[in-house]
Amino acid sequence: MAKDDVKQAYKLVGTRVLRPDGLDKVTGRARYGADFAMPGMLYGAVARSPHAHARIVSIDASKALALDGVKAVVTRADLPEGLTGEDWNLQENAMAGEVALYDGHAVAAVAATSALLAKDAARLIEVDYEVLPHVTDVDEAMKPDAPVIRPGAADHTVPDGMPPNVVKYFEFGRGDVEAGFAQADLVRERTYRTEATHQGYIEPQACVGQLGSDGKGEMWVTTQGQWYVRKMCADLLGLGVAQLRVTPSEIGGGFGGKTTVFMEPLSLALSRKAGGRPVKLVMDRAEVLRATGPTASASMDVKIGMKADGTMTAARAEFRMQGGAFPGSPVNEALECAFAPYKLAAVEHIGYDVLANRPKAAAYRAPGAPMGAFAAESLIDEMARELGLDPIELRLLNVVEEGDRSSYGPKFKRIGLREVLEATKVHPNFSVPLGPNQGRGVATGFWFNYNGDTSVSMAIAEDGTAQVAVGTPDIGGGRASIGLMVAETLGVPYEAVRINVVETGALGINEPTHGSRATFATGKAAVLATEQATREMCRRAAADWGIDPDAVEWVEGAAQPAGPNAGKFPPMSIAEIAGNMSNTGGPIAGHWEGVPRGVGASFGTHVADVEVDPETGRVTVLRYLVVQDAGRAIQPDYVEGQYQGGAVQGIGWALNEGYVYGADGRLQNAGFLDYRIPVASDLPMIDTVIVEVPNPGHPFGVRGVGETGITPPLPAIANAVAAATGVRLADLPMNPPRVLAAIRSRMDD
Amino acid sequence: MTTIRVTTEVNGDRVEFLADPRETLLDVLRDKLGLTGSKEGCGTGDCGACSVLLDGRLVSSCLVLGVEAEGRKVETIEGMAPGEELHPLQRKFLEHAALQCGFCTPGFLVASKALLERNPDPTEEEVRYWLAGNLCRCTGYDKIVRAVLDAAAEMRGAG
Repeated sequence: MAKDDVKQAYKLVGTRVLRPDGLDKVTGRARYGADFAMPGMLYGAVARSPHAHARIVSIDASKALALDGVKAVVTRADLPEGLTGEDWNLQENAMAGEVALYDGHAVAAVAATSALLAKDAARLIEVDYEVLPHVTDVDEAMKPDAPVIRPGAADHTVPDGMPPNVVKYFEFGRGDVEAGFAQADLVRERTYRTEATHQGYIEPQACVGQLGSDGKGEMWVTTQGQWYVRKMCADLLGLGVAQLRVTPSEIGGGFGGKTTVFMEPLSLALSRKAGGRPVKLVMDRAEVLRATGPTASASMDVKIGMKADGTMTAARAEFRMQGGAFPGSPVNEALECAFAPYKLAAVEHIGYDVLANRPKAAAYRAPGAPMGAFAAESLIDEMARELGLDPIELRLLNVVEEGDRSSYGPKFKRIGLREVLEATKVHPNFSVPLGPNQGRGVATGFWFNYNGDTSVSMAIAEDGTAQVAVGTPDIGGGRASIGLMVAETLGVPYEAVRINVVETGALGINEPTHGSRATFATGKAAVLATEQATREMCRRAAADWGIDPDAVEWVEGAAQPAGPNAGKFPPMSIAEIAGNMSNTGGPIAGHWEGVPRGVGASFGTHVADVEVDPETGRVTVLRYLVVQDAGRAIQPDYVEGQYQGGAVQGIGWALNEGYVYGADGRLQNAGFLDYRIPVASDLPMIDTVIVEVPNPGHPFGVRGVGETGITPPLPAIANAVAAATGVRLADLPMNPPRVLAAIRSRMDD
Repeated sequence: MTTIRVTTEVNGDRVEFLADPRETLLDVLRDKLGLTGSKEGCGTGDCGACSVLLDGRLVSSCLVLGVEAEGRKVETIEGMAPGEELHPLQRKFLEHAALQCGFCTPGFLVASKALLERNPDPTEEEVRYWLAGNLCRCTGYDKIVRAVLDAAAEMRGAG
């Protein structure tokens, strides 16, 4: 059988080892964001706008400052002026300037000697507001008479004559879509809406910040990316970036929501004003929901043409998304992902990024892709049913493969969507018989995966064990996967490698653990750094043997002569070389900095079986299957975990979750009781199939697995509900009242 | 500010602390006693990350005042494996990879221990309903439920 370019047989890669940080995490010892304390530390609290849109007339902190133990109050006046672009957006979001832009927008912050005192003091800060008209819905925000959130915020992409809340405009595609629709036997066009959801990490934002009057500072923070925190905080406070040292804690979930800053810069501003004492800021859950980035809400039109056999002739998407009172909704990504699984000669995408009086959207797992998939895959499913076609066969008929041009432009390299669809078709779940009020839904999703700035440093210890410094916080088993790859490369036991997630002073810049990049990018960088060290160890052996370094190779944890002509020497083990390193040239280490090339895109297909209670509208998930191409599963447990977790976040988005705003523009469900994420009793086991079509761009074939899993569930559940009830819900969430109303409207027909 | 002197037992040790009457048991455990294994995910009793046993009963420590601990027995995650041996639940959570970020894990372990103490042979459905008060955003619960069922089986075998 032909072999891939990627090595197939490994000693360690692909095994289900225990994670190295596991013991700390089952004993309560692991230190998360709120678990840090420093000598002399103060506690902070933030005063927030109760209005969706209001001019700040004045702020009077005298009563707060009069309390014994209150050490500092900061407002926007304590932050530097003159920022532009995204720096200004981040600063304005961290602390309102002239206008509070959403319910929960920070207006002042206070530091005091206890957490209770800080909260008391925050309540005593008097803010005089002039309430302004507000808008929270994306379609309403695009109306000509909608309240204008920030005049002049539109960038160069927005054509003249657009509504003032449209701040970015996207238009791309190829081919003649009208001709494509004319060739079709069936053309359908529908509108879909999704509500904003929150990443819902269980650990609220938390940090301890310390900043002296000399402009040097430190921060301990829960984050997906310590270098991002450093750059953003430095920019927002006018500091030299390298003067700030940021240490990441263990992280209690992020899903994209901890790739940016919210109250973190305020801890530094408070610290500076309080004589450099460290200031701890910890959000409560209501603050997390009101004032940290949810995802966007979306309103989406999709039009597709199909031949009677299911061949897609053309597709068109026009998406509108609000990402809060700032530019940056993921409308472009939603468009790029919507039709990515399909070969299309004619495709058109139009997108509007719209301002509304809501918190600034942050990344949420495959930003935009779940919404785009919901719209496109719902319509494809509806058309498949109308044409009497099997959903898998229809997708196989239009499947993209290596060399095909993607709907968003570039040609695909080696991808595994066909293999995913074939594996889905033969899975036992796909043929379980269904009962009354039950339905099966199928959907496919896509994510690009990502590389980004990456720095890794590794070193050999005196006994031949190895330490690796990485910059991507371990959010779901990253230490285990990187440890496996380094140990495999070095030819040592997994337990002989320690992976350290390090602070910003220890490495060059790193992007966060985002974009499904850690195992791909940090993993590849760690392998390249390790290979630098093994080359050095080969040189040390060559010098000892008196032969050419090129005549030495690294095999299973030892240097050995490469072939019979190199000379006859017994292998020199890593322990031997390491034990002698001080006498043979000093420390042995390796490092790699760059943007690793060779990103491999991934696809997944999900199959959801649901039962709908016709009397209550409640949807119960009976069975759920995730099939996804991992490229290579370095530690399969954590790959399955990503698949399962992504699927369940998507199930929550489809069925329960959503921001609810009142007529007053205030968030109505700022707590876990009312913003209901899935609980254990809502769910069945989540079945998984790991398809491995290795990515030729990674030494072990890794593509990245974090994000694709949240892209199919929205349409998979919607398609299952449509199959079970005969009615199609085009608005999320499909909560019981909505499902019941849809069932009753069908009965009325 | 008036504080109240409280004497209680935490993980078998007698402890004393001064509590503001508004401070929760969770605040006291984390900030006064250095037991940061119990986590605050919501502060409103919805997420279960702060689960502890109070006189053997499973509670959200964010819904108990610190002063209410007077004369009671508190058991936290830090008391689950006092020596070198892990509790079978802790071991099974590791073996089943039943954690990703690990933030909810202490609460799940304490709640699962309480379940197995009253029901050594739970069904999958019983595990799911007992743990419905503990939120996990990373795992989709699949591996957590498997770990609890496997730990229960092992503990029954050992007993």
